[in-house]
Order: sequence, then C-alpha cells, then structure tokens
Amino acid sequence: MQRVELKIKYNRQLIPNIYEMCLEGDVSDIRQPGQFVNVAVDNLYLRRPLSVCDYNEHELTLLYKVVGRGTTRLSLMHEGQEVDILSGLGNGFTTDVPYSNILLAGGGIGIAPLYKLAKELKSRGKKLSVALCFNTESEIFYDTAFKEIGLNDVYIVTVDGSRGHKGFVTDLIRQQQQMFGYFYACGPMPMLKALCQEVNCPGEVSLEARMGCGFGICMGCSIETTKGSQRICKEGPVFKKEDVVW
Amino acid sequence: MVAKTSVNLSGVYLDNPVIPASGTFGFGKEMAEVYDINILGSISIKGTTRQARYGNPLPRIAEGSCGVLNSVGLQNPGVDAVVSTELPELRKIFRKPIIANISGFSIDDYAYSCEKIDKEKQVEIIEVNISCPNVHNGGMAFGTSPDMAAKVTAAVKKVTTKPVYVKLSPNVTDIVSIARACEDAGADGLTLINTILGMRIDIQRRKPVLAQKMGGYSGPAIFPIAVRMVYQVAQACHIPIMGCGGVATAEDVIEMMMAGATAVQVGAENLHNPYVCKEIIEQLPVVMNRLHIDSLEDIIGIIK
Ligand SMILES: Cc1cc2nc3c(=O)[nH]c(=O)nc-3n(C[C@H](O)[C@H](O)[C@H](O)COP(=O)(O)OP(=O)(O)OC[C@H]3O[C@@H](n4cnc5c(N)ncnc54)[C@H](O)[C@@H]3O)c2cc1C
Ligand SMILES: Cc1cc2nc3c(=O)[nH]c(=O)nc-3n(C[C@H](O)[C@H](O)[C@H](O)COP(=O)(O)O)c2cc1C
Ligand code: FES
Repeated sequence: MQRVELKIKYNRQLIPNIYEMCLEGDVSDIRQPGQFVNVAVDNLYLRRPLSVCDYNEHELTLLYKVVGRGTTRLSLMHEGQEVDILSGLGNGFTTDVPYSNILLAGGGIGIAPLYKLAKELKSRGKKLSVALCFNTESEIFYDTAFKEIGLNDVYIVTVDGSRGHKGFVTDLIRQQQQMFGYFYACGPMPMLKALCQEVNCPGEVSLEARMGCGFGICMGCSIETTKGSQRICKEGPVFKKEDVVW
Repeated sequence: MVAKTSVNLSGVYLDNPVIPASGTFGFGKEMAEVYDINILGSISIKGTTRQARYGNPLPRIAEGSCGVLNSVGLQNPGVDAVVSTELPELRKIFRKPIIANISGFSIDDYAYSCEKIDKEKQVEIIEVNISCPNVHNGGMAFGTSPDMAAKVTAAVKKVTTKPVYVKLSPNVTDIVSIARACEDAGADGLTLINTILGMRIDIQRRKPVLAQKMGGYSGPAIFPIAVRMVYQVAQACHIPIMGCGGVATAEDVIEMMMAGATAVQVGAENLHNPYVCKEIIEQLPVVMNRLHIDSLEDIIGIIK
C-alpha cells in the first residue's frame, strides 16, 4: 500500500451515471488485476474504494457509477486535478490458473475489475468467454472496449432482453452449454451466488463492503468465510468460490 | 534548543506522546509496511476479550461529517491467541512499550484477561476498556456506572502489577464521577474518550446504515468533546490521562495536553490518513518551537 497523488488525464462520462477516469503518476503498487484503490474525496471523511479497471507502468483507469455524494464529486473533477489515493490495495485475481476455457462474468459496474483481467488472461493465451450483464440496453457500457482487446466471445446479457441475451448470466450459461475450466465474477451478491451455484467449475469472485480503512487495520469489512474470518480489503476482495459463505 | 517530546506515564517513559488508539492500528503489522512504527511513543493494540469474537454483522462502517461510525464489535482472536501469536509478532517489529487493551462481559472476564496479559513482559500498560458501545450488555455497562467502573478497576488491580489505565466512555452525564470512582479504586491512569454512540439512516432504503443500527462515532468531529472531558477530569483527578478523540494534527496533541493529557491517542484519523501518526511526530517539534514550548511536560494541564 502506498499513498500517491495522481493527476487526472481525463474523466469522462460513458453513459448517464457511469464515468471513466484515467489517472497518471506512480502506480507501481498495483501488481494484479482485481486490486483496488481508496480515493479521498474533498470534504468527505472516508475514502471511496474503487476497483482498478486497467493499468500500465504510469497510469490507471477507474470505472465508477454515480450513486452518492462521493461519486458525484468525483464526476465533477476534471483533467489536470490531483487525486489523493491509497494504491495497490487487496489481493486481486489469481492469473496463473492451469485452466484454458475461462468465463468472466460482470454485473453492471462489476465489470470494472474484469477488464485488465481479460487482457492479462488473453496475453497468457487463454480462451475467454466474457458475459457483461446489465438491466437494460441503455445501461450497457464498455462492451466495445472488451471487444477491442481482441476477444471473440463477448456476450451481452440484459434482464429485460432489450439487447443480447435475455435474463441473467445463469440463463446464458445454460443456453451455451459450454464446459468452463474456471470462472471469475464481480457484481451484485445475488448474481454471484446464482453463478457459483450454476457453474460446476472452480472460480473466484470479487466482493464489496463498506470500508473504514481499506488496508486492514479497522476490521470494518471482515466476513466469515470457510477459512475463518477474513477482511474483504486485505485477504480479499477476491475470494475463491469455495471460501465464500452465502 | 531541541524540543523535548518525552513523557512519563506512571513510570513508563515514552519518546513522544503519540499513540495509535486501540482498534485503529490492528496489531501493528499492516502499518509496519507503511512506515517505521518504531517512531511511535507506544501502540494501544486492538481490544482483546477472554474468548475470540467474530464481531458484528456488516455493514459495520458509516460516515458522518468529519468522522466515522463503527460497529465492529470487538472482533479479536481472544486473549490466548493475542498472547501466543499477536504479541510475539508485534514484538519482532516494535521495540517500544506496548499498551494492551482489554474488554470483557463480566468482572471475571476482565480479571481473567488481565491476569494473562500481566505475564507478558512486552506489555507495559494495561488499558481496561469499560466503554465499548458496540457489544450487548458489554463493556459500556461498566463504563456508565461509577460503582461498576470501580469494581472492574479493583478486580483488575488485584491481578496485575502493571499500571492500569481505565478507558472511559463519553456516553455518560457526569464523566467526573466515573473518573473519580476509578481513581479511588486504584486506577493508575485514565484514557478518555471512547466513541460516542451514534446512528445513520439510509433515507432511500429507509433503513439504518449499520446492521447493528447504532455504532460509535469518532474522528475530528468529536475533538472538542474529548478536550472538554479531558479538561474536566484533569481538574478533578490526580492520575495521568491519555487523551483521545478526534486528534488529527500536532496542534491537536498540544491542545489535548494543555487540557490535561500526559499522552495522546490517535484513532479514526489513521483510517483516513495512514501516515497521520508519522506526520504528527514529525510536526511536533516544529509546532513546539513556534509556540515556544521547550518540553511537552511543561504544558500538561496548564489550563486551570
Ligand atoms: C473493493 C471495492 C471495489 C469497488 N469498485 C467499484 C468500482 O470499480 N466502481 C464503482 O462504481 N464502485 C465500486 N465500488 C463501490 C463504491 O465504493 C461505492 O459505490 C462508493 O463508495 C459510493 O460512494 P458515494 O459517496 O457515492 O455513495 P454514498 O452512499 O454517499 O456513500 C456513503 C458511504 O457508503 C459507502 N458505500 C456506499 N455504497 C457502497 C458500496 N456499494 N460498496 C462499498 N461502500 C459503499 C461509501 O464508501 C461511503 O463510505 C467498490 C467497492 C469496493 C468495496
Ligand atoms: C474502527 C474502530 C475500532 C475501535 N476499536 C476499539 C477497541 O477495540 N477498544 C477500544 O478501547 N477502543 C476502540 N475504538 C475507540 C478508539 O480507540 C478511540 O477511543 C475512539 O475512536 C476516539 O478516538 P478518535 O476520534 O481518534 O477515533 C475503536 C475505534 C474505531 C474507529
Ligand atoms: S476496511 Fe478496515 S479492515 Fe477492511
């Protein structure tokens, strides 16, 4: 963990309420897709945890949904402003898995941490199926970004069927009848739970909690797992399917 | 002239009065990765109970202007694990005196845990938390009655030779009567204050934000309350005080000491700014020079 001042390269709206913010500076503490940063927002006491969507040696990208005071303030920030960030938090996804046919499932803003993961797994030569799940067509974002990684199997799923496959990610899996070796998922708890019950293969999920610190000192985010109590911010946010107690 | 920051807590000498407050620094290992924790005066480790505690359901964290509301509920591995694992690990990375923070659900519990901790050489002060607002029929019941506070103090004093600091709750009408009761029962010192009972409601969902509904509020928002209580108690008692509540800067440390504190604990601010204790320790001599303070001991309780 490291505290850094990062400079906003751009902060743009993708669709109403969903923003993409690219930050430049020392991002050397980010080592793994699925890690997160804790962002200080002026006049708010607690930092806001956001997943790292993408990163390279000198910049990182965040995707965020405007839901309250903190994310509203973030959305009003502009190019050149500095942001106070605790960087390189959490464990991130395991990327060196011995399986080849892999499913990535993201629900809503939960697709954020899967983007860099998809890039990483593709560069390792894995066969990927990506399911991006939304409520309705007007809420779809980042589908082209995923396709531009060079992935062939990017599926859109909408609850109301206004675009792509109708229903939930579990409906898509049933239709596809593919045998996956491993899966990664991030999204609302009911989605993660249904997915873990539906797929037979091992996998991992990224969880959320309201956080006090984000780096393991306050016990504000501890959950009971099959391995005992674990902190979402430190031992997580990514947990193996079999470790989660639903 | 070099500013003298050292202080003396019941015979325990600290290089400087800055101490991370219990529950806001874990057992030190996460912070040791962030900076050299040996610059601290001491550390008050996470509250320990007789049995391991998982703590309260999530969400356990909510926010207020300039503060955080927590209902962690004393999650800890239990006193035996603290003695066998956490303390030896902390000792490997921390050379300074350690303060062990103890909670309980009965007088027996307190005595049991303190007796265990008493055998640990590295612990130089026992801080008895009778003020956690986050556990049912828990610590706070002891902290809101002078009679119970005295009983816990006396029971703990019997089983340890280490200095005993009783940590008081601000959720009382008259903190002075509780402080006096502890002093009369043999407390070597007092820590104040713990968190202030609070609540937030999610107006969209029409539900309390915290799963436990209520939690303890702390952070800079409570600083004036903490200063007032430290002052009141310092006027009435003769034992040393560790001042705690909302401290965020070197100036706050000096203010707390002028009100009557011999040492100062920093809590919630560690969550918001992991480097805060380091920054305060670096700033202290600078602020002392500016205010013409040669030694911090000269300003303890100068406000009458
Ligand atoms: C590990 C992790 C990764 C996350 N990644 C992303 C991401 O990539 N993009 C994104 O848009 N959101 C993400 N979130 C959720 C995001 O942190 C919250 O939406 C955000 O903090 C809301 O802040 P606010 O001030 O706008 O809302 P408010 O409701 O005003 O926030 C009040 C308080 O509640 C907390 N809070 C509110 N909702 C959540 C939530 N769902 N999860 C955790 N804390 C919450 C806030 O941090 C703050 O302390 C992530 C959460 C976690 C724990
Ligand atoms: C997340 C959290 C956990 C805490 N856990 C404990 C604890 O285990 N024992 C204790 O005596 N006080 C505990 N406290 C109270 C603090 O030690 C301190 O007394 C209080 O927060 C006021 O100081 P502050 O305003 O600097 O945070 C906790 C506070 C917070 C925010
Ligand atoms: S948020 Fe503080 S321990 Fe996880």
